[in-house]
Amino acid sequence: MTIEILMPALSPTMEEGTLAKWLVNEGDSISSGDLIAEIETDKATMEVEAVDDGKIGKLLVPAGTEGVKVNTPIALLIDSTESPHTSIKTIADKPYLEKEKITTELKTDKLITLEPNSSIITVREALRNAMAEEMRSDEKVFVMGEEVAEYQGAYKVTQGLLDEFGNKRVYDTPITEHGFAGIGIGAAFGNLKPIVEFMTFNFAMQAMDQIINSAAKTLYMSGGQMGCPIVFRGPNGAASRVAAQHSQCYASWYSHCPGLKVVSPWSSKDAKGLLKSAIRDPDPVIFLENEVMYGQSFSCPDDNNFLVPIGQANIEKEGSDVTIIAFSIMVGKSLEAAGILNEKGIKAEVINLRSLRPLDIETIINSVKKTNRAVTCEEGFPFAGIGAEISAAINENAFDWLDAPVKRVTGKDVPMPYAANLEKLALPQVDDIVNACSDVCYES
Amino acid sequence: MKKNVSTKIINKSKMNYDLDLLKYMYKKMLLIRRFEEKAGQLYGMGKIGGFCHLYIGQEAVVVGIQSAQIEGDSIVTSYRDHGHMIACDMDPKGVMAELTGRAEGYSKGKGGSMHMFSREKGFFGGHGIVAAQVPIGAGLAFAHKYNGNKNVCITYFGDGAANQGQVYESYNIASLWQLPVIFVIENNKYGMGTSVNRSSAGDNLSDRGKAYGIKSEIVDGMDIIAVREAAIKAIEYCRLGKGPYILEMKTYRYRGHSMSDPAKYRTRDEVEQIRKTSDPIENIKVLLNDMGVVDKVLKDIDVEIKSIIADAAKFAQESPEPSASELYTDITIN
Repeated sequence: MTIEILMPALSPTMEEGTLAKWLVNEGDSISSGDLIAEIETDKATMEVEAVDDGKIGKLLVPAGTEGVKVNTPIALLIDSTESPHTSIKTIADKPYLEKEKITTELKTDKLITLEPNSSIITVREALRNAMAEEMRSDEKVFVMGEEVAEYQGAYKVTQGLLDEFGNKRVYDTPITEHGFAGIGIGAAFGNLKPIVEFMTFNFAMQAMDQIINSAAKTLYMSGGQMGCPIVFRGPNGAASRVAAQHSQCYASWYSHCPGLKVVSPWSSKDAKGLLKSAIRDPDPVIFLENEVMYGQSFSCPDDNNFLVPIGQANIEKEGSDVTIIAFSIMVGKSLEAAGILNEKGIKAEVINLRSLRPLDIETIINSVKKTNRAVTCEEGFPFAGIGAEISAAINENAFDWLDAPVKRVTGKDVPMPYAANLEKLALPQVDDIVNACSDVCYES
Repeated sequence: MKKNVSTKIINKSKMNYDLDLLKYMYKKMLLIRRFEEKAGQLYGMGKIGGFCHLYIGQEAVVVGIQSAQIEGDSIVTSYRDHGHMIACDMDPKGVMAELTGRAEGYSKGKGGSMHMFSREKGFFGGHGIVAAQVPIGAGLAFAHKYNGNKNVCITYFGDGAANQGQVYESYNIASLWQLPVIFVIENNKYGMGTSVNRSSAGDNLSDRGKAYGIKSEIVDGMDIIAVREAAIKAIEYCRLGKGPYILEMKTYRYRGHSMSDPAKYRTRDEVEQIRKTSDPIENIKVLLNDMGVVDKVLKDIDVEIKSIIADAAKFAQESPEPSASELYTDITIN
């Protein structure tokens, strides 16, 4: 009897990984629980255990292979009485890539244009580079959070920082968000420049009192004496299949509060430029990342002084028929939607907000005055969301230019469900954007 | 004055205390008391709004500790903060003007009684949320350690705050990272209207540091000499980089939790009894008399303080209200 050992999914968002090392050889007998391989995901290198007893018949994927999709057979397990290679020829005589089972949602790799003086790097690398560069140039900058140091970051964003800067600049905290957020704020009052990582912003709710009452309001309450130069950063919004308590977008929560700046990058360029601006900013900045975006690559300027100013949106794609206003992961979905709309003859302009507070109302209004139609996109709940605010701003500033009511594409007004189909229904999809744009253009 | 005060005790006998130091402590405590009495009076007249938490009865705690500090140390406390500000040598005029919500108050009239600050004097607030100042104090201590200076942060909180989770999150990290922070629990026996034994399990609040390996001491917070000696020991320990320290000050507030407190949770007799037997100002007065300071000298101090307070009250009522344009300033720096 032959059992296929498949490439395991080792995190909720893992789609592929590197088979770093085999810990067994063909012909070895193994028992369930034995370590058989090391697999590197975008988050960490993990050891894989055997689930069944038997003998390794064949290793289908050589050590060092990158980009092995989840569920690809990586080895064959045979009865321990069989000898390797006898019963398996018919099954495994082709290289693994041709045997690949996974065909669901085969995305065509988008073409990334390498801009001058830039490198193609992931959002994760851009964030890390931003922190490292600022830490090199300003000794007051330090990083604290859960698993940021020795573990190298729960999502590897702080990877390597401990090695370069040592334990006086990079601090692992206990899992006590309220306490360590407050300590970060105290350090900022003491003239340091902390970068506080939340493993996700879902956990930052534990620290909400410190973030709002201490970090955001103290400057005002002190008549301008108590600046709080701190960055709170971490993934925000939905990851994949982690359900309601781990999948919320907090953009509108933080943006509601005077005293905070709130930014949310989409590309590597945004990530680097905005994070560097946030670290240099004298005010508390909420930096909302997105776990799904960490592994995505973009062209990003190499310049150490490249900054994206806080409060400045970017027009990612120009168009004349409808303005799509989005931030974070929704920018990518909006660009996809714009591509589809283009085929239907609708030219959409896509605004990447980058900052939510202060909001670049000018860029939005100028665009709407040109296109006369607007669709907002966010992962968060619709009620009192970012879209509602943008819609109000358009009403106040460009009412006479509108040819259709502003439409909002948002997450559904429900806690995030776990089931794959329900989760997909709850999250805003490219089709939703396409439909909303068609609606405001009165096209079906 | 505090900067010149020797932190060395020649001998534990109170009689051997430096007379200037004792007079200084007497004056500081009396200044706080008279300030608070005036604040209570102005509140009754409707000149001060909102919440107003008076420190009367607890003066020995902050003055005793302050006498053991050095330049550059930082202080952070709760909303019962007027005494701490006066102890930090902040100008009573600016403090009172903040209470009346005027432009020349320490926060330009935008903070009020519970939210005042002076970076210059090392006073980091004035925080209105129960126990929020505790991690902030640990963070200020973190900054001292990070910068490699020998300063410490004195973090004050009450017995009510001592039950908040963030206090223990702060104990844990302060002990793990050996932060130079002195946690001062001002146990005045009541968290608003709930007595300590109705709100807090266990015998002493200071015992709770044991779980985190934090040294602690219970101190008679009505005896300023005891407070000072305990503070010297705790601060010395912190300055040597040995980590945090807890001082539980057994103290008492004579007035209500805030001005609107009917104080039904304790008897008038209880308050009177403590006033009579343990008043920190009366205690030091007796000591000064014993050391040969004549009433005339003390009387002169009283007169001087009355005049400082009268000036502060006048200033606070004459200072203009903040201009309407202040509504939109100080929200962010840029």
